[in-house]
Amino acid sequence: MSDRLAVRKTYKLYLGGAFPRSESGRTYEVTDARGHFLANAARASRKDARDAVVAARGAFAKWSGATAYNRGQVLYRVAEVMEGRAAQFAEEVAAGEGLSAGKARAAVDAAIDRWVWYAGWTDKLAGVLGSSNPVAGPYFGFSVPEPTGVVAVLAPQRSSLLGLVSVVAPVLAAGNTAVVVSSLARPLPAITLGEVLATSDVPGGVANLLTGDAAELGPWLAEHADVDGIDLAGAPTPLAMELERSAAGTIKRVLRAPAEEPDWTADPGLSRMRPFLETKSVWHPMGV
Amino acid sequence: MTSLFEYAPAPESRSIVDVRPSYGLFVDGEFTDGTGSTMKTVNPATEEVLSEVTVGSSEDVDRAVRAARRAFTRVWGPMRPADRGKYLFRIARLLQERAREFAVLESLDNGKPIRESRDFDVPQAAAHFFHHAGWADKLDHAGLGPAPRPLGVAGQVIPWNFPMLMLAWKIAPALATGNTVVLKPAETTPLTALLFAEVCQQADLPPGVVNIVTGAGETGRSLVAHPDVDKVAFTGSTEVGREIARSVAGTQKRLTLELGGKAANIVFDDAPIDQAVEGIVRGIFFNQGHVCCAGSRLLVQESVHDELLASLQRRIGTLRIGDPLDKNTDIGAINSAEQLVRIRELSEIGEAEGARRWQPECTLPDRGWWFPPTVFTDVSAAHRIARDEVFGPVLSVLTFRTPDEAVAKANNTTYGLSAGVWTEKGSRILSITDRLRAGVVWANTFNEFDPTSPFGGYKQSGYGREGGRQGLAAYLQGDDR
Repeated sequence: MSDRLAVRKTYKLYLGGAFPRSESGRTYEVTDARGHFLANAARASRKDARDAVVAARGAFAKWSGATAYNRGQVLYRVAEVMEGRAAQFAEEVAAGEGLSAGKARAAVDAAIDRWVWYAGWTDKLAGVLGSSNPVAGPYFGFSVPEPTGVVAVLAPQRSSLLGLVSVVAPVLAAGNTAVVVSSLARPLPAITLGEVLATSDVPGGVANLLTGDAAELGPWLAEHADVDGIDLAGAPTPLAMELERSAAGTIKRVLRAPAEEPDWTADPGLSRMRPFLETKSVWHPMGV
Repeated sequence: MTSLFEYAPAPESRSIVDVRPSYGLFVDGEFTDGTGSTMKTVNPATEEVLSEVTVGSSEDVDRAVRAARRAFTRVWGPMRPADRGKYLFRIARLLQERAREFAVLESLDNGKPIRESRDFDVPQAAAHFFHHAGWADKLDHAGLGPAPRPLGVAGQVIPWNFPMLMLAWKIAPALATGNTVVLKPAETTPLTALLFAEVCQQADLPPGVVNIVTGAGETGRSLVAHPDVDKVAFTGSTEVGREIARSVAGTQKRLTLELGGKAANIVFDDAPIDQAVEGIVRGIFFNQGHVCCAGSRLLVQESVHDELLASLQRRIGTLRIGDPLDKNTDIGAINSAEQLVRIRELSEIGEAEGARRWQPECTLPDRGWWFPPTVFTDVSAAHRIARDEVFGPVLSVLTFRTPDEAVAKANNTTYGLSAGVWTEKGSRILSITDRLRAGVVWANTFNEFDPTSPFGGYKQSGYGREGGRQGLAAYLQGDDR
């Protein structure tokens, strides 16, 4: 060990492709599983959440309009860059979740592999979920899946990286843009993930990562008129019901959370992409 | 003024239909009395009372849900899938056999032209059952993983604009996937659903698989809120859709909503004008404009505005309004006095906000509820008639100069159910279609439907699809969901 004094990282928000502090100037103390100080994280405010929605909406046309091959490569690039930073992620996960070095590394590996898995989905969704429609008339008809739009994601509270990636990657793979609220107590991997996204060709605004309290930010996102869907993964049960009720005001697509945080190592299938995909059916007459 | 084409009246006989003076509820395979009050259902073309039907109470709803649960657990759930399919094939055939009866009854109770109920609503309803019948034993191929499971009891609430067709859109996929149903038809159009109950009896469908509980809003609320309902499916207004989404929040109930719309019908300067005019007319005047996916906002490229409008007005002048049972009728009666009030109100607001109203000269019948086909010009995107769903034969005309402007205007709505594009240029069709945020896009056609083509909305037009493989997901749980 050298006696060099470490340069510590300032953890800020990841919003619109940049790393601003919360406009509110608020921070909160983040500790490891044993209660030792790790860092001061930004506590995102309602206005930060609204700025994030603006950024996500602004990024939607380009991201959803990119070719599926391009989106797949960008998401694969995320895995590549994460792989190079695996040690740093493992350290943060071990500290925040109180895991052994081996278990933390396994969670990081699973998170990287999840990006790879979703990267491979982008150009298969249309084939798997779309259809050619044999209508009873002289028409050519087909249906294609399309992204829902801007999706608010309340990330899981316990699994700070694998859980986070497991809810963000499907939203992006489906072509949506995201406003993500990290785990309140374990927010640091989210910001490090933001650094990975910023250096992985993911356009700014496609994924916006806010550290702070889902209970504070969730209600604003659930009722925001320019948010099209909400994933309640990290919302505690009484709050989840309130948010779902509030989301009804603008007919948002809601992905409910189970009472207990699930095992994020399980194969997710299409269960996290389907809720944030629409189906468009197109008709054209056939004739000469 | 005499009409351009004189036709002698050609009324369809209503003697084929035997409307009973009163109806109970269809629960557990039988017609039974309800415990609540009754209401009258009226012919909107004549204001004649057709029959008295039951307003289902919360007790009645509970009885129906319990019957559906029993049928699900004991009969329909365990049944061989192929046999479930055969029941649905039977129902499809029975609907075809009794098609004329259903069509006449639908036109009597709803006010829609017999030409539409006969050639569209009823054949499509039968086709929907036929299509889904075939799915019953092929659900492994629905894309939800192996052996997907039904949800249980579906509570379904449908609107008055296509009473029989909406019933088919709800009941056929629910039954094919192994669920049982309690269906509440709309307050003003309960009769074809009650006739459908007879079809279930003729098909020997096991008791409790389909239950029909008539009533109004309160009956629907009881059904949606019933704790033993696993799945709620609703078609109707966005306002009620919000209320339902709130009421199922925090439960395990699965929900699909098919709500309102304010579709743009975009006509480019290279469009075949005569065909576009036919499509615009079908888009907004089909079923008196009581269509959630109606093409109620016409977006015309500025350079062809005058030519298109002249041609459109000429065509509208030939539409025949009147007796729904007359085979020559193009536009029937407005379904209810309440809906007529809403259409009138929004039209008056349109004028008050500065848009110009045009209506052809036409004489409307003395009795019943009627509204002539109406075109508003000088409409701006901020006008209520360009934003609110009128749900009547009222078209708002706006203009655009560039494709980008057309797309921006078309998407400038909280709704996203459907849209239309008219142009001869194939690459433009595909590009515009791609950028429209709507669940159904008709290119060089409008208001086409098919059981194999998934239907449903983006944004506040709802979620979930009806029809096709995609529609099955609303009634199944699989490994992948």
